[in-house]
Amino acid sequence: MIIPHPLLGPRDSQEFTYLGDASLIERPDWQADNAVDQFHDYLYLRDNPAGAHRELWFHEQGDRSWLVVTRDTVTHEIISAELARDVAKAKGRSK
Amino acid sequence: MRYSGFRVLKEALTGHKGWKPAWRDPAPKPHYDIVVIGGGGHGLATAYYLAKVFGKANVAVLEKGWIGGGNVGRNTTIVRSNYLLDGNEPFYEFSMKLWEGLEQDFNFNAMISQRGVLNLCHTDAQRDAFRRRGNAMRLNGVDAELLDTEGVRRMAPFLNFESARFPIKGGLLQPRGGTVRHDAVAWGYARGADERGVDILQNCEVTGFRIENGVCKGVETTRGFIGAGTVGVAVAGSSGRVMAKAGMRLPIESHVLQAFVSEGLKPLLPGVITYGAGHFYVSQSDKGGLVFGGDIDGYNSYAQRGNLPVVEDVCEGGMSLMPMIGRAKLLRMWGGIMDMSMDGSPIIDRTDVEGLYFNGGWCYGGFKATPASGWAFAHLLATGTSHETATAYRFDRFRKGLMIDEKGVGAQPNLH
Ligand SMILES: Cc1cc2nc3c(=O)[nH]c(=O)nc-3n(C[C@H](O)[C@H](O)[C@H](O)COP(=O)(O)OP(=O)(O)OC[C@H]3O[C@@H](n4cnc5c(N)ncnc54)[C@H](O)[C@@H]3O)c2cc1C
Repeated sequence: MIIPHPLLGPRDSQEFTYLGDASLIERPDWQADNAVDQFHDYLYLRDNPAGAHRELWFHEQGDRSWLVVTRDTVTHEIISAELARDVAKAKGRSK
Repeated sequence: MRYSGFRVLKEALTGHKGWKPAWRDPAPKPHYDIVVIGGGGHGLATAYYLAKVFGKANVAVLEKGWIGGGNVGRNTTIVRSNYLLDGNEPFYEFSMKLWEGLEQDFNFNAMISQRGVLNLCHTDAQRDAFRRRGNAMRLNGVDAELLDTEGVRRMAPFLNFESARFPIKGGLLQPRGGTVRHDAVAWGYARGADERGVDILQNCEVTGFRIENGVCKGVETTRGFIGAGTVGVAVAGSSGRVMAKAGMRLPIESHVLQAFVSEGLKPLLPGVITYGAGHFYVSQSDKGGLVFGGDIDGYNSYAQRGNLPVVEDVCEGGMSLMPMIGRAKLLRMWGGIMDMSMDGSPIIDRTDVEGLYFNGGWCYGGFKATPASGWAFAHLLATGTSHETATAYRFDRFRKGLMIDEKGVGAQPNLH
């Protein structure tokens, strides 16, 4: 699989390590009343879709940036790749 | 008698026209007491034990394709009960005991071959961990032997003992481990269940659940609605997809695992050998092919085929452990979808929907579990309570911190 790195262009997926569903960016608020439930769901439950999947890849053998890659889990086709940083910022996070 | 030497001779002389299918192809009934979704090893074993042990005959197995087309027909057929943790070991040993009596039990030749499973170690720390695991196995009444380098050499003189980087320091041997003809397991259970009245419905994909007021009333399928008192889901790699139709998210990710088989060679390997310093394990089939594999590819997948980096990784492992295989030709390679759970251990449990039960999270080790999984799931479906060896396989173990994490890597399914 070739990942279209937003800064470095097409890179072999072997240069990356895989973390999983991009929802892992959205860490729950530990002070919420139902923090235990939220953390259980955050840490252990997955949508695990057959089809388009947004997921985190770390460019370990490259520029060490985190990417959010949208990939089809049925065909392995890579649809897009964004910097995880940009995704987080777009959601209102500071970094 | 349906099968005999005389019958083979007779059929040979009459053009093999007298053989009949080994199980029926019935039309779905409008309602069953128990519906099992998934005609893999686990679903078929569940139906078999439901009928045979728990006296339930009004049972159907719903399979979206043909039985045995999923992981039960794709795995590398290794069976063993060499686990460390208490939540696992009694369950897998129960399974091993069922394997040992299975051919007599369902009267089908599953070619169960207990030639031993040998895990190699390459460092002192690894040997310590093996000693601990071997002791834990023995405390659970399971056979385990710790071999030193010479012990390994006697069993497998062809391994690369001279490797400076990964010297073979010994191994943990489970002599009762081995391999089983995987297709025959599916067929044996299917025939045994069918004979006892279970309807095996192929080309019958479950497309939804009918849930009213929190109670599961049956399933929507490509062959129409089928009512059920109790529904058990055993769809392995498709777990996430199917349970989403009941509105559930699972502690499971689907990943692809590849396997490989070489051309047939003369008898070479004494049993199953696993490399402790790379991702490679190997056994030899009765036809002579080397059956081998390694790790999952490592990213979510429903593709039933993998990518080349893992092929390279597995072959490198093989070459580093037993360089003599370098000239063997590869015949086939394929992939299957693994239901990788968050702690590497399975789930056999009820769900929040009344009458809906779940069996999954088998990772790449569910073939060996087939008999015990079927028995324990049948126990749960028939009695509403967990089998004594499967009490730890609950959904709420993640919430309660009672993970059964053999590898100790946490909620990172691609590392289990
Ligand atoms: C390459 C490879 C090597 C492996 N090696 C080993 C090994 O050496 N030892 C070991 O113990 N384990 C091994 N495994 C793991 C083992 O094969 C699985 O854990 C086990 O087979 C899963 O249970 P099953 O047999 O019931 O699954 P499956 O045979 O996959 O059965 C699930 C069935 O559910 C059906 N299904 C899915 N969705 C629906 C639906 N909506 N409606 C109806 N039916 C549906 C599927 O078509 C499928 O037939 C390996 C797996 C692979 C892929």
